[in-house]
Amino acid sequence: MMDALGLAVQLVLSGDPDLLEIVLLSLRVSLTATVVACLIGLPLGALVAVGRFTGRNAVLIVMNALMGLPPVVVGLLVYLHLSRSGPLGFLGLLYTPTAMIIAQTILIAPIVAALSRQVIEDLHAEYAEQFRSLCLTKLQTVQALLWDARYSLLTVGLAGFGRAVAEVGAVIIVGGNIDHLTRVMTTAIALETSKGDLGLALALGIILLVIALGVNAAVQSVRMTAVRQAYV
Amino acid sequence: MSDVCASHVPAAARTAQAAPILPLSVRDLALRFDGATVLDGLSFDLSATGCTMVMGPNGAGKSLLLKLLHGLIRPTAGTIAWGSHDPSAVTARHALVFQKPVLLRRSVAANIDFVLKARGKDARRRDRLLDHVGLGHKARQPARLLSGGEAQRLALARALATDPEVLFLDEPTASLDPASVLAIEAIVAEARNRGVRIVFVTHDTGQARRMADDVLFLQGGRVAEHSRAADFFPAPRSQAARDYLDGRIVV
Repeated sequence: MMDALGLAVQLVLSGDPDLLEIVLLSLRVSLTATVVACLIGLPLGALVAVGRFTGRNAVLIVMNALMGLPPVVVGLLVYLHLSRSGPLGFLGLLYTPTAMIIAQTILIAPIVAALSRQVIEDLHAEYAEQFRSLCLTKLQTVQALLWDARYSLLTVGLAGFGRAVAEVGAVIIVGGNIDHLTRVMTTAIALETSKGDLGLALALGIILLVIALGVNAAVQSVRMTAVRQAYV
Repeated sequence: MSDVCASHVPAAARTAQAAPILPLSVRDLALRFDGATVLDGLSFDLSATGCTMVMGPNGAGKSLLLKLLHGLIRPTAGTIAWGSHDPSAVTARHALVFQKPVLLRRSVAANIDFVLKARGKDARRRDRLLDHVGLGHKARQPARLLSGGEAQRLALARALATDPEVLFLDEPTASLDPASVLAIEAIVAEARNRGVRIVFVTHDTGQARRMADDVLFLQGGRVAEHSRAADFFPAPRSQAARDYLDGRIVV
């Protein structure tokens, strides 16, 4: 165990190119998925927060339920669509980073939508009467709410990123854990652990934790600045 | 409601929107919530100019009356006629300042910019509006760190940014110190002198005396009295207003 830890530190400090490649791909896939999920989830969450339409409760239940989507199920569904015989097989996306981005986006877009719906609904309760008095359109209302909730929504995006970067079930099915192509931190950890190469597995685990800590610390410091300015 | 806001009506249809909305005529206005009657049989007229102070004890229906006149809620019965218009059709030609200002989580300047942009007004007016309410030096500061008086002045500047023909104020100075109260009153008086029709809810008798051209006194969801200020303060006609001005408990 201590040997493995020592190797882990050595690998991290030496800037091992294989390690770096895995880490960068992980970040690229999960950050892209987070951005796309936010582009879909934030407006959707805002529309459901502000809208009053029949079937709204059903939409809320579905949105909240989708937050708990099992990654392997998402992986399987994306696999079925992208496989050669599937409806999107002609795109040739299976076992590419793009397939992994698609799977992670599907996994975290409901999280972003459901959490942002709650955040924006709370803010709208405060603003609604003033906005109606100012005669804002629905679009202006949604835009203003998204902007004014920006620091709370940052935390929502972070929750999505956290889920994406830590997830293994979906990316291993649609990515295939191919060396130098689709191997990310979580799939590499699973593989190296099963091979008994605990050093690399631990090194990746340490980096994953440090990234999680670093991203959270950055968002927290941004939020604290915002709190001081009463922007939260 | 907001779908009929006049600012979003196509230009071609706006000719009709330019028709005068004053004087105001209210007839047999009633509002019921879940079977409880909160406003009942209100009838009164407001002239085209001046400042009407709306007074009365808590629960008399003053704030609800403002929201009805502004078109934010619909009456259960009766009519509100702004000229020939329904309130919801002319909401954009009014502005309402709430007792507790709802400020955006942005800078002071951005709070004004937002309204100017949303309502298609000249963005260059922002600095003038902020100077007008004495907040020019605070333009870059976060709006929600302003003091109570400053926050209310910003809310007032934002309301004026929409070029309202009617300005509703719902106890805007209820929790402010005397200097802040006078600053707000000066801005409102200036707007009134420019021809903006003021409808001002207050519990402050001194404020009512300073500002009023006429007084609409409500009690228990009804109009107890609507008189010219010169008549109201020396000799109110209604027992409810007499008791209120004398400081006796009115329920």
